[in-house]
Amino acid sequence: MLDTEIRKKLSAIVGEKYLLDTPNELYAYSYDATPIHQAMPDAVVMPGSVEEVSAVLRLANVHGIPIIPRGSGTNLAGGTIPVEGGIVMNMNRFNRIYEIDKQNLTATLGPGVVTADLHQAVEAEGLFYPPDPGSMRISTVGGNMAQCAGGMRGLKYGVTKDYILGLEYVLPSGEVLRCGGKNMKDVAGYDMTRLMVGSEGTLGVITEITVKLLPLPETKRTLVAYYTNLVDAAKTVETVIASKIIPATIEFLDQSTMKVVDDFAKLGLPLEMKSMLLIEQDGPEELVVRDMERIAEIARQQGAAEVKLAQTAEEGAKLLAARRSALAALSRLRPTTILEDATVPRSRLAEMVEEVERIAEKYQVQICTFGHAGDGNLHPTCMTDERDKEEIHRVEQAFEEIFHAAIRLGGTITGEHGVGMAKRNYLDLKVGAGGIELMKRIKAAFDPNNIMNPGKMFASSGRRRVVVKR
Amino acid sequence: MSKTTSQELLSKFNMDEIMNCMHCGFCLPACPTYRETGLESHSPRGRIALMKGVANSQLSVDPEFEKNMYACLGCRACETACPAGVPYGSLVETAREVVEDNKKSEAKPPFLRQLVFDKVFPYPERMQALGTALWAAQSAGLQTLANKTGLINILPRELAEMQQAVDKIASPRERKQREKVMKAEGKAALKIGMFTGCIMDVMFFETNQATARLLTKAGCEVVFVENQVCCGALHAHAGEKEGAVELAKRNMEAFERAGVDFVVNNAGGCGAALKEYHHWFHDDPEWKERAMAFVSKVRDANELLAELPPLTFSKPLNVRVTYQDSCHLAHGQGVRNQPRQLLRSIPGVELIEMTGADSCCGSAGIYNITNFDMSMQILDGKMEHVKETKACVIVTSNPGCLLQMKKGIMRAGLEGQMEAVHIMDLLARAL
Repeated sequence: MLDTEIRKKLSAIVGEKYLLDTPNELYAYSYDATPIHQAMPDAVVMPGSVEEVSAVLRLANVHGIPIIPRGSGTNLAGGTIPVEGGIVMNMNRFNRIYEIDKQNLTATLGPGVVTADLHQAVEAEGLFYPPDPGSMRISTVGGNMAQCAGGMRGLKYGVTKDYILGLEYVLPSGEVLRCGGKNMKDVAGYDMTRLMVGSEGTLGVITEITVKLLPLPETKRTLVAYYTNLVDAAKTVETVIASKIIPATIEFLDQSTMKVVDDFAKLGLPLEMKSMLLIEQDGPEELVVRDMERIAEIARQQGAAEVKLAQTAEEGAKLLAARRSALAALSRLRPTTILEDATVPRSRLAEMVEEVERIAEKYQVQICTFGHAGDGNLHPTCMTDERDKEEIHRVEQAFEEIFHAAIRLGGTITGEHGVGMAKRNYLDLKVGAGGIELMKRIKAAFDPNNIMNPGKMFASSGRRRVVVKR
Repeated sequence: MSKTTSQELLSKFNMDEIMNCMHCGFCLPACPTYRETGLESHSPRGRIALMKGVANSQLSVDPEFEKNMYACLGCRACETACPAGVPYGSLVETAREVVEDNKKSEAKPPFLRQLVFDKVFPYPERMQALGTALWAAQSAGLQTLANKTGLINILPRELAEMQQAVDKIASPRERKQREKVMKAEGKAALKIGMFTGCIMDVMFFETNQATARLLTKAGCEVVFVENQVCCGALHAHAGEKEGAVELAKRNMEAFERAGVDFVVNNAGGCGAALKEYHHWFHDDPEWKERAMAFVSKVRDANELLAELPPLTFSKPLNVRVTYQDSCHLAHGQGVRNQPRQLLRSIPGVELIEMTGADSCCGSAGIYNITNFDMSMQILDGKMEHVKETKACVIVTSNPGCLLQMKKGIMRAGLEGQMEAVHIMDLLARAL
């Protein structure tokens, strides 16, 4: 519960309509898309201007009240769970695209713009914003930026950080700052833009974003290749890249995922196969055709049992259906679906998939693996039931071992979901104690009172819930 | 009086289905009330979380919970968007049942609610009487009089607003004179039991007649089955499960006796309920089996007509139309292509798709009366998309949607330039 005086002040800043604190409203912001984690906020505000954001932050900073910036709440790392209570700052009212600049190929927008809406708006102008996380139909660009979301086009086009050129952000002190802008080259001082991207709401609140755009590719083609083992699929990925072809997308499904998907979507997949690859290339027609022919040839040389090239866009979409329905199919199996994102250099892909299989067997948990093979970003997905404490314990042990395996293979604990709460106890595996110490000092420079999304990224700060300093 | 205990609550909610919601948020962009408000509590994911909160005794069944459960249109667009296949429609019905049961244990239900659900809908003759009263009022010019004198202000604003959209209804004599059996043109290939629907048969009598005529043209014998009653959908949506189950039993008995090949209806909302009867009898194996047999025969008129030999039309209509999906036909029954296919088969009809055709128009059963302001907000947004198509006919396949679209045309000031028509009436016009 908020102190009456503070509540009054918050209401004066954002307006009573945009201050939510009834039991149902608070409950509705106690979760995001992450399984199992849940915690109640003390209030939810929906500010409508940078001035309101600044005033709320100043108030919270004085009283030591946690601030949890939030978009649509689709992250998978517990990044927007108010684990130490406080004020959830819902940024959805910042949902306007201010400008699409066709000369500079940039767009400037509020952080609450839904990713797919940005896609639609720029594509209407023949332009292209490549990041396409799985939740793009509802996730916000602000949320994508905070978590540095990836997606299926990461291999060729990179991820969110590669498209954020400039930001306006507010510090806990209430100070409004800008970094970057429309310049493709800008080395004036530290690269604060890159620092803010992926900072998971722990440094400040983003109030405006300028993104880089590309010309929209003319066309795209899709092929599918089936393999009787894992290694040949992995070798195909390596050889395609080594042949200096960078496809837009290389997606991978293991046998257990294929079985579940086929059972659900009745696609007639060859279930005796151990794995499949879906490869897409975009660009000018003749280049795409040439690349796809070469990719098909490489796949066959590397031992693919069957290679199918889509002749039309509809056929391509049908091929991609297997990958698109993977999450749907898996999530129907058991009540709780835990989707992780351990990532390895692409040359270690086959080893990593085999490690996941071994670990699932060892802990007797059900894990299917699919993901973005082209950039080594796997989604080992565990189907379980959060009500079964004993099983959940085994699931946790299995994932811990998966993270260790990824690190051992030169990879990372999270490729595109972020650390949040879900992986805060494993961050040291990747960055070491020294790395964590330095990150904490950076955070302290931005947020000396530790009000910005506390309890995320770093192992628990030990703070009790709702500490209000007077 | 004692409140429902937490144990009782837990047993009511289907916890497995609630847990199947992985709160991914994919339903949010599909939800009309979330799009209007941006509030998590007004999204399917939010409502399921609130149900979970109630089932776990973290939240109580209080007026706030009630308001949130009834703020849902029940359009089920979220079910189409849900990757995990969560049956949201039945979850929200259970939540409303919990709300209503809890209120019954505390106090008497409001008079109007009881009147409607217990005293009118279950009795066809009373629905007919209500229809006669409406007809009499319309014939005597009372509607104009009421509109002019401000008499209308005596009615609750919401009812008054919505009744402006009601067309002239058939006279009692017309309704009484209906033939009970309509013979097929040519040799009858199928025997159809016409499910007339309670509101449909009173307010859109002509549409039922048109549907039957179309079916006879397509080689069916059509029987207006006696002793059928309201489908129970409105009861179920409003948490009146017991009433819904009683109505379902009476309908099954009536159609079993009639011995028909198919049970055909032309109201998306009724059809979705009829097709779900087997889910209403989880604890009653005998009735569940009868329900499964019944459900296997239920078809929407669009669905069946699209399967039968193509209709022959003699009058080209030469109009540009747009189709507003009925939520319970599209999301509830998965019938999307058939009505479009039928429309394209009418000579001279140009079908222009509007943006968000399968997004709710805000009618949603009695939502436009219970949550009038939100309903109108959604409707006004819908009319913008309608205007973009430059169509002069909005085609629907559910009585509620039809009334709402008529209301939308009035609100947009397009009377005289645009009309809303049930698809069966449009098809019949071209015969």
